[in-house]
This record gives sequence, C-alpha cells and structure tokens, in this order.
Amino acid sequence: MAMRGQAHKYGANVDTDAIIPARYLNVSDAATLARHCMEDIDPEFVKRAKPGDIVVAGPNFGSGSSREHAPVAIKASGVSCVIAESFARIFYRNAINIGLPILECPEAARDTRAGDTLDVELETGKIKNVSRGRTYQAQPFPAFMMELIAAGGLVAYTRRRLEAKGAV
Amino acid sequence: MTLAEKILAAHCGKKSVVPGEIINVRVDMVLANDITAPLAIQEFRKLGARKVFDPKKIVLVPDHFVPNKDILSAEQTKIMRDFAREQGTIYFEVGRVGIEHVILPDLGIVLPGQVVIGADSHTCTYGGLGAFATGMGSTDIACAMATGDIWMKVPHTILFLYRGQLPKWVGGKDLILYTIGQIGVDGALYAAMEFAGEAIESLSMDGRFTMANMAIEAGGKAGLFRVDARTRQYVKARSKAPYTAYKGDAKAEYSQVIEYDVSKLEPQVAFPHLPSNTRPLSKVGKVRIDQAVIGSCTNGRIEDLRLAAAVLKGQKVHPEVRLIVIPGSQEVYLQAMKEGLVETFILSGAAVSTPTCGPCLGGYMGVLAAGEVAISTTNRNFVGRMGSTKSEIYLANPAVVAASAVLGRIGGVEEMLQ
Repeated sequence: MAMRGQAHKYGANVDTDAIIPARYLNVSDAATLARHCMEDIDPEFVKRAKPGDIVVAGPNFGSGSSREHAPVAIKASGVSCVIAESFARIFYRNAINIGLPILECPEAARDTRAGDTLDVELETGKIKNVSRGRTYQAQPFPAFMMELIAAGGLVAYTRRRLEAKGAV
Repeated sequence: MTLAEKILAAHCGKKSVVPGEIINVRVDMVLANDITAPLAIQEFRKLGARKVFDPKKIVLVPDHFVPNKDILSAEQTKIMRDFAREQGTIYFEVGRVGIEHVILPDLGIVLPGQVVIGADSHTCTYGGLGAFATGMGSTDIACAMATGDIWMKVPHTILFLYRGQLPKWVGGKDLILYTIGQIGVDGALYAAMEFAGEAIESLSMDGRFTMANMAIEAGGKAGLFRVDARTRQYVKARSKAPYTAYKGDAKAEYSQVIEYDVSKLEPQVAFPHLPSNTRPLSKVGKVRIDQAVIGSCTNGRIEDLRLAAAVLKGQKVHPEVRLIVIPGSQEVYLQAMKEGLVETFILSGAAVSTPTCGPCLGGYMGVLAAGEVAISTTNRNFVGRMGSTKSEIYLANPAVVAASAVLGRIGGVEEMLQ
C-alpha cells in the first residue's frame, strides 16, 4: 500500500486525551469522534486535514488512556498513516487492530516539518520526504504483525480462527 | 525467568518464554467499562460470535460516566448493561458498583498469578496482587471475550529496588511519582516493572495498588509485586478460590536493575502537564489552588481516605477551595462512614460523592474552568485532562492533597499544622 500526503507535525508524548478528549467519549461513532480529533492541542487540525494526510510526531505517541477512540478518530479524519519516533504500546496495538497504518521511524519523524509531502510504502517501510528529497527506512513489523495486517486486522483474523473451530 | 515471564509462560503452555517472543496467552479475566465496552461489543458482533468464551471470566463495570452524566452516556451504559444481561457476564449496577480497579481486587475477583486484560489503561493495578495485568483497546477485548486468549509480546522486565524505610506522610504514590520522575513517561515503554526492596515489603496492599496503577504512566505494560504474607492475608479475607503465587528465578534476567534509597524521600508533586514533571514538596514554591480531589483508581481506597481524614480532622477547607472526596467503591464508602471519615470530610467542608471516575478524566463531578488550578490524587495531569485546556493539575498523595485543601495552596501536613 503506497500513500502520499502532507505532514501534520507534533512533538513528544501526544497523549490520547489530546487526540480525543474524554468529554467526547460519550459516543463511539467514528465520524463524530473525527470532528474533535486533536482539538485540545491543535484546534485547526480538523479544518486543515485532507484525505491522505500524514500525522508525524515525536516519541511516545498515543500515551495514556487505552481508548481505541483515539486511532478511530485519526483514521476517520482521513489520515492515511502515522509516523512517530515511538508509540505507546496500547495505541500501537489499537492502531494495528483497527487498520490505521503506523510506522516507527525516529529519523523521518525528526526531519519532517509541517506541510512536507511524504510518500510512504507500508509493506517495505520506505518513507520518502518529497519536499526535502530524503528517504528513510522505518522499523519493520514483526512477522506476526504482518500476518495480522494481511488478514485485515484482528477482527478478521480472529473470525477466521473461530470459523476454523466451528464456533461461529 | 522473571515473575512476569513465569506467569506468561504458564498461560501459554510453554516451559519458558523470552522477552520479545510473541505468544498466545490464555486469560483469566477480561474487563471493560462504560466507555470502552460499547466499542468492544460492536467489534464482538462483527466476529460473528454468539457467546462469550466464559461469562464468569468477563466483568463489565460502569464507572467512568456513571451514574449517567447525560443522555449520550446513558445510551452507552445501556449497550453494556444489555450485553451483560444477554451474555450473563459479571456486572455491577449503580449502587453496588465502584471504580473497576478498586472493586475487582477488593471483591476477590482478580487473584495473584492470573493474567488479566482490560479495556482500560489502568488495568495494570492488579499487579499489586502479583497478577500479570495489562490494558488493551476495545478490539483486543472483543476478541478475547470470544476466544479466551490474546496475543502478547513478552515484555522485558525492569527491576526497581527501593532501599530503606519510608518517612511519615510518604507512601506508594510518592514512590511511583518519584520513579516516573526519574525514568520519564516512556522510561518503561513496553516493559514489565517489578517492584521490590525493604520499602516495598512494608508497603500496604493499598499502597502497592497505587504504584502498580501508575506503571502505565511510565509506559509500562505491567507493574508487578511479589506475592508475600501481606498479599496472602489480603486475598484470604476476600476469596476462597485457589491461585498460584509465581516466583521469579533467583537468576532471572532483568533488562535493567534500578535502585533508589527512599529513607529520606519527601512527598512528591507532579507539575503540569506530565506525571514525570515531579518535584519534592519542599521545592514546590507557592502554588495556590482552586480545587482538590481525593479519589480515583489510584487513591480511592480506604487507606487513602483514612490518611486524608487524619489530616482534615478538626480542620476547615480553605474558603476559596473546593475539596471533592470520592470513595472508590460502595465498600470503601461504607467503611469510611463506619469509621467516621465521611463525617470528618463533611465537617471540614468537603463534598463527598458516590463512587465514579468523574473528574479524573474531566467527565463530570468537578470539571475545571480556564485558569483554574487543581491538586489531585489521580494519575494524569495532561493538558485538559480535568476540564479546560487552560486549567492546570498537580498530582500528589492524599495527605498532601488534604493539607493543600486547608492551606489554599500546595503544602504538606507539617506546614498545615504550623
């Protein structure tokens, strides 16, 4: 899967309260959540974000609460991919599970500036900063994660397991 | 193998596991709350599953926005309640409920040596019992509700050794805030944190739950305590079910061993807007406050309320401060009534609420306006966590929060008594 989009740049420790504040957690509808994505740290994000855009951030992206509403809100706002120096572990799982592509790449995350155009190739982990003419290699996913992604996420993977057992 | 590795190996049918290995783990308890369960139920339906793998191993707890704060949250809670009735899972209704991480150990629903996963980041609290407990998202929980197992990457373990005995008014909250201050909010990313040493051996169960609870605030996957006589006594009073007390090997390999001498540790205060932004109380300076909150899955247990009441006895909350006290469960509430703690709170001028997560995540029951400052026994002081993005939250132990409520600014018990 290849993607091209413009970067929205954030710093370190972007927590899930910043991605989707708890006051909006009385709903779980993706489109409603997307309307408030990043509201508390970047009120203009929702207006600025175009389909395919890429969120780029520092270390420990998605820290704090386990709310899956966070990657759901990012995905539903049209973002094609998140690149960070590192991810908090629950966010990492959640993103893979719901099919929001994420890449860990400290160099690309540090070099990218807001508004840069990025090309991302998910299978190989190749990131190209078109605006700056630089290329980077993200951390490859472990084999099991690739299997999950190829299966279409955890629900599809688990459904297949249940079907094999005759449980559904 | 370390304690964490021993528990995980026993739950994936292997003789041994190594950090980094991806395993499929059998789970003993799966939980979700009124915010995370509706999404999990939606994904559960997509699986095509008709029944949960074992209704006695699924626990659904309405605690975040409950008693329902508005129509939308009432709808969310109803989705969870209907599912619990349909599937026959463990469920606690308003009036019999409390904050999930306070009630589950207290009612003997989670036990040492278990693997517990929950759609709540503070699921790591049960590490206080010597369980491997970790937070996940709703989709993970949906799949585990259907299959009874979940994939995990075996974490490396960091051993934290706390040397010496803690001074007065210093407890589990200060140990964990100090630790997070030292290693940072991603200092234990993906790791299991194991807590040991003399200060831990004499730490109460409530203090251990407080520490395990905030392992996630350092990025940890779990925070574990070794099972000892104190643990056994706690469990014996609450459950007759058998459990296994796993022990790490004497030659276990830790990715890191970190030692702290805590014999002179001061109460710790985390400044806005990160739990790692800690300072000892004597270095706080003058910080006036508008609100003080005592409660949450971090510090809403009976020992926390006893500490706060001991400070507030015969004192009055500062005229410009709102003190909100939230017992973590009906049991804690009732015990606090019997011991006269609730009377102390009310006589001091505090508001006492029914159990709820409430203000901790800016839900209700104490939301902050722009420019307001709160000191709280909760676990996160992120921007906007308790309300306006222009408000500020300081984190501390229950004694410091109580003393600050009287002083009208952040301060300790000795200062209040002067």
